[in-house]
This record gives sequence, C-alpha cells and structure tokens, in this order.
Amino acid sequence: MSVIAAILGRDLRLALRQGADAATGLVFFIIVATLFTLAIGPEPRILARVAGAVLMVAALLSATLSFDRLFQQDFEDGTLDQLLLAPPPLEWVVLIKCAGHWLTSGLPLVVVAPLLAVFLNLPPATFWVTMAAVLMATPALSMIGAVGAALAVGARRAGVLVAVLVLPLAVPVLIFAVSAIDAAALSAPTQPHLMLLGAVLAATAALAPWAAAAALRQAVT
Amino acid sequence: MFHRFANPARFMALANILSPWLTVAATGLLVAGLYFGLLASPPDYQQGETVRIMYVHVPAAWMALFVYVALAGAGGAFLIWRHPLADVFAQAAAPLGAGFTAAALITGSLWGKPMWGTWWVWDARLTSMLILFLLYLGYIALANAFDNRERGARAAALLALVGVINVPIIKFSVDWWNTLHQPASVLKIDGPAIDPSMLLPLFLMAGGMKAYFLAVVILRMRARLLARRVRALRLAAVGG
Amino acid sequence: MGGYSAFVWPAYGVVALVMVGFWLAAWRDLRRHRDELAALEAAGLGRRRPAPDTAPNSAPRNTGEARP
Repeated sequence: MSVIAAILGRDLRLALRQGADAATGLVFFIIVATLFTLAIGPEPRILARVAGAVLMVAALLSATLSFDRLFQQDFEDGTLDQLLLAPPPLEWVVLIKCAGHWLTSGLPLVVVAPLLAVFLNLPPATFWVTMAAVLMATPALSMIGAVGAALAVGARRAGVLVAVLVLPLAVPVLIFAVSAIDAAALSAPTQPHLMLLGAVLAATAALAPWAAAAALRQAVT
Repeated sequence: MFHRFANPARFMALANILSPWLTVAATGLLVAGLYFGLLASPPDYQQGETVRIMYVHVPAAWMALFVYVALAGAGGAFLIWRHPLADVFAQAAAPLGAGFTAAALITGSLWGKPMWGTWWVWDARLTSMLILFLLYLGYIALANAFDNRERGARAAALLALVGVINVPIIKFSVDWWNTLHQPASVLKIDGPAIDPSMLLPLFLMAGGMKAYFLAVVILRMRARLLARRVRALRLAAVGG
Repeated sequence: MGGYSAFVWPAYGVVALVMVGFWLAAWRDLRRHRDELAALEAAGLGRRRPAPDTAPNSAPRNTGEARP
C-alpha cells in the first residue's frame, strides 16, 4: 500500500514540480476550443450544435500531449526497472500511474469544461452532463493512452507514434461522450449515452492495465 | 540461433510445395470470378450494373477483416510460443491487409457515388473500415519504430491483440453514432437478400483473394527470410 | 455497363492495381535478396552452407530458400 502511495506521490510531485507540464495541457485544451470557435464563426446556434464535439476533441488532443510523460521518462532514467521489481503487481502500478496522469491532466479539464461550455453557448442545463461526460471520458483516455505509451516506450518519435496508436482506439470514448452532451443540448435523454460511456470506462479499467503492463514487461526485458 | 533457422527451413520446404498450387488456385478462382461477375451474371434490378462493384468490394472488405484477425492470431502465437515465423508472417501480411482495406474503401466510394450521389457517406460500414485502415497504419508504424527489430515485433504483436479486442467495440460505437446521425441515403449498400447468381461470383472472388493472399504472403515471407540471412551473413563478415 | 462503366471499371482497376502491385513488388524483393545472398555466398561467406539451389531442408542452418 505504501509503495502505491509512494508511486502516486512521486508522479504527482514530478508533474506539479514541472508545473508547466500540467498547466500546458489545460491551456492547450482552452486554445484548441478557442481555435475551433474562431474557425467556425460566432453564430450561437452552430456553436451549440458543435460544442460537445469541440470539447471532446480538444480533451482528446490535450490528453495526447502528455501520454509520453507516463512511462518514457521512467524508462529513460531506469525507474521503470525498479517498478517492475516493486512488490505490487505491475498492473496496479500502471493503474496508479494512470490515476496520477488523470489527476494532473484530466481533472483540470473536468473543472474548466463548464467554462468552455459557456463560451460555446451550451445551455446551462447541460453543464452537469458535460462535466459527467468529461469526468468519465478523461480517465478512460488516460488508460487507453497508457497502453499506447507503454507500447511505444523507447521508440523513435514516440510522441507522434502514441497519438497515431491511441486516437483510433479512443473512437468509442469520443462517440459516447459527445452523444451524451449532444443529447443534453437537445433535451433528449442522456442516460443511455452516459451508461455506455461508463461501460467503456469500466471495460478500459479492467483491460488496459493488463495490456499496458504486458507492453512494459516486453519493453524492458 | 540454430533452432531459429530450423523451423523456417521446414516452413520454406512446405511453402515451395504450396506456392505453385496457390498461384494456380488464385488465378483460376479470380478469372472465374471475373467471368461470372462481369459477363455471366445479371445486373441487379435496383442497383443495375453497379452491383458488379460488390464482387470486388465485399471480398476486399472480408480480406481486410480476415487479415487483421490473422495478425492478432500471429501476435498471440508470437507472444506465447516466441515463434519467429509468426512475426515474419505478421510483417508480411500487414501491408497486404492495409492494401485490401484501402481497396475496399476506394471501391466503396466508387459504389457510393452512383448509389448515394456522393463519393463519401459516413455510413457505419465505411466509417468502421476507415478506422480499421488507421489501425493498420498504426500497426505498421509501431512495428517499424524501433531500432531493435525484436522489440518492434513484440510491441506490434501486443498492439494487434489490443486492436482485435477493440474492433467490435469500435464497430458498436460507430453503429450507435450512425443511428443517431442517420443520413438520408438512397439505398443501403447491400440489399436485403442476394440472388444465388450473384453469390457465385462473390464467393469465387473471395476464394481467389484468399488464395492470392496466401501466395503473396509466402512470397513476402521468403523475401524477408532471405533478407534476414543476408543481414546475418554481412554482420558475421564484419564481426569476423 | 449500363452507363455506370465510369464506376465499375475503376473499382476493378483499383483492386487489380493493389493485387498486381503487391505481387510484383514481392517478386522483385525476393529476386533482389536472392541475388544478394548468392553474391555473398560466391564471395565465400556462406561456404559452410549448401548453395541456394540445393534441397531446402538439407541443412539445419539453411534459410530453406530454394529456386521456385
């Protein structure tokens, strides 16, 4: 238990000490949403129609920026070898590292998502659904990203490669999260979309740590 | 090193026996498929002559899926038994699978233009195929992204397994998305029931493409094994 | 082709292009690597192994490549 707490604490300290790291993802998220708005035009009805899509694509791209933080540095400085030898199973270590990644990159997005929803002219009634969708989508993205990052550890141009690997796999998360926000904007029932998103999150939480751990093992040996 | 070459040797012996038969089977089936598809089958009562595109489009799409599943199978075999041939097969097959996927996309688009009136519709099947194509590209990129070939082989094998678990989920999500945003389409791309006169060329082409795939995969595997041998000899020469 | 030849023929053409292209490229690669190997073995590098045109399974370290 203390090992797990130590790993989480280390990851959080590293992310916060290089404070720019965590903040950059957030700023990037806001910039992408702003650029979309500038490209589409200020017409409120059109903005409300695309708001869910813009928010989720921006969140996806912003998460992609920080995936290489998950394992690449640990691989380079040898921490990864230590983690493989650590007492808790590697699957748990991966899950904890995903939690650390989500706390520093996903959680800030959840907090600012309603703010961007205002910018994008979403009706206030949708804010809770928007937050719920981002809240469930971002941890799933962190875990899918962990699989891609673990596969690409030590590769040439790993950053771009992780994006190419991860973005197609994130299609279900994107679709269910956006359809929940869209349904809320149209005052349609949002529950089925959110439940499917929850199902994807649960399946990812069950499978991704195994895949990422297997990838890390074969990367190091 | 000895046992690593022993198995490829036995495989090559088998491949040399199979190769001509596969080439003959592929040629025969494809020629027969072309004859029945282009000349000896009636045009569809709804889709007219465009239905003939189905005889290349649908088998290419089947191959695209088949090759991806085969990649995952080879990936599993490689990770479990460390069988070097599994990786040789996967690396030989992946570009072919991407080629079939691209062919399915382009022929689908050529079929869509007269049927739907546009080159591209975000139809659930076409969209899933497009994502499958992206998965192929990611797979090929990952396999070639490492200076250490063995490392790339293992990572690619794992990615194929992850991908094959994800493909049904992606398919379901795209179907869900598609029913939410159903475009006004003139016609579903494949009609309700298919007449037997159309099934014959379809299955002939499908069989022909499968035989073709096996024949070319064997060619590509032989080329890769030879290249590996050349590399090993050159390294040995440098190392003394 | 009932007015649809502009769609039917390109569709068959694309598939033919992909399939023939892969087939030719595979043969070209195979021939190139076989020539390289023959050149290396002629230079005496692979002399403990049988020449590439002997039986493919005659030696455990043979790559198994025989003339088709």
